[in-house]
Amino acid sequence: MREVAVIGLGQTPVGEHWESSLRILGSEATYLALEDAGTGLPDALLVGNMLSGLSCGQENLGALIADYAGIRGVPAAKIEAGCASGAAALHQGYIMVAGGMAETVVVCGVEKMTETSQPDTTVALAAAADAENEVAHGLSFVGLNALLMQRYLYEYGYQRADFANFAVTAHRNAVNNPAAMFRRAITPEAFMKAKLIAEPVGLLDSAGIADGAAALVLAPLDLARSLGKPLVRIAASAAATDALAIHDRADILELRAARISSLNAYAQAGIQPEDIDFFELHDAFTIMSALSLEANGFAERGQGVRLAMEEAISLSGRIPIATMGGLKARGHPVGATGTYQALEAVTQLRGEAGANQIPGCVLGMTQNIGGSGANIITHIFERVS
Amino acid sequence: MSLASSWRTRKFRLGFVGEICPQCHAKLFPPRDICPHCGGPAKEPLAFSGHGTVYSYTTMSVAPRGFEGQTPYVAALVKTEEGPLVTAQLTDVASDEVFIGMPVEMVTRHINEEGDDGIINYHFKFRPELAAAAKH
Ligand SMILES: [Zn+2]
Repeated sequence: MREVAVIGLGQTPVGEHWESSLRILGSEATYLALEDAGTGLPDALLVGNMLSGLSCGQENLGALIADYAGIRGVPAAKIEAGCASGAAALHQGYIMVAGGMAETVVVCGVEKMTETSQPDTTVALAAAADAENEVAHGLSFVGLNALLMQRYLYEYGYQRADFANFAVTAHRNAVNNPAAMFRRAITPEAFMKAKLIAEPVGLLDSAGIADGAAALVLAPLDLARSLGKPLVRIAASAAATDALAIHDRADILELRAARISSLNAYAQAGIQPEDIDFFELHDAFTIMSALSLEANGFAERGQGVRLAMEEAISLSGRIPIATMGGLKARGHPVGATGTYQALEAVTQLRGEAGANQIPGCVLGMTQNIGGSGANIITHIFERVS
Repeated sequence: MSLASSWRTRKFRLGFVGEICPQCHAKLFPPRDICPHCGGPAKEPLAFSGHGTVYSYTTMSVAPRGFEGQTPYVAALVKTEEGPLVTAQLTDVASDEVFIGMPVEMVTRHINEEGDDGIINYHFKFRPELAAAAKH
């Protein structure tokens, strides 16, 4: 296995891109990442995407994005793992470069969610849940997360308000991210007043519908050293699965796939959770943030929400999360989220995060969750001196 | 659900029939033919009693396509008497009357239609246990 570095980054802002199509967003991010790398034609393109078939009537994204990004001819394919599609594509790209099957691989996560109306987008998103046994009952993705949150409140005795700081922190961090969708701070009062979508999940518990694309170029560490740029390597890339339907899980308040993938990632990187300088977690819903902090070893069971209540998740806290706004405020264009997280982690480790820079950070972790906890992929990035 | 899916799922959807694993005796609902607990084949049908308690619930205020006209409706995880959790809607109950631990029983109800010309779908839902309500 070869060591793998990230040598190029490219992104579009996250938002409602009425003027841009799926292919234009994807090709722009891919082009920018290849330009940043400066290494010419890549050996392959992997596209992370979840909804294009339902939202745009378009599949076969590998060939489409390669063509529109000006790299027609390279091997290319779409990788799908629900909302974890971006990280799944990155994981496959890592395997190709680490295994010696490719020198440079460009990984592009892209999603276009504003092409359809809200009820259709809601249905499309729910395709990441169990269509026959969850969605058939009228459950949406928000509804499924509400079932988890309601049980969490019941078992541990918290209130909705205790989750407010997850959203407040994400919005505060997004203010300084030019690519973020919601660049404005919110108050805990606004969080409490927000409309309930599926009780107890409110509008400000959840990441909104967005378009966007983010891409990374991967190469062997030896090749990366010759480029004379800040070096960031992928210290770990690990994936795991759980039952697709929440009702089939042994314990609905344990993200077992997160625990397994992060344990494998810590072992690959030879580190412990306390060595992580910041964590780009999958805050699609505030309950996911709490469960994720618990499953990955940052909090005991039932204590994840306390990290938010105690401000441990802020940029200067013990475990900063959502440093560029997270899914909540940077935005969550589902299949692109995993590559946005990775791009932001590399930006932090390059020391290029501007006002949100975590001083002296060396190890950053990202975690992308597909479904309500069914497919979870963890990456650890390390600055190499 | 499609016409094919509606036909294929009729036994578990309308009869509340799951399976029991011949190796480890795990009770499975919905049926899945391979036991997730021991990994062996599990095709022996088992009719579930339809009784259980609410394990978690939510009130859906924004609905996906196909359920738009029905909001607000209550969806829940129900802990069946036999053990497995089941996802389903609650019926015959106001959302503010639902609580975790509430005894419920399975009924067959209309759930939605496939547009104006499509089939009408029926599915299991859960209502407050009538015997428990009578004792109240
Ligand atoms: Zn078994």
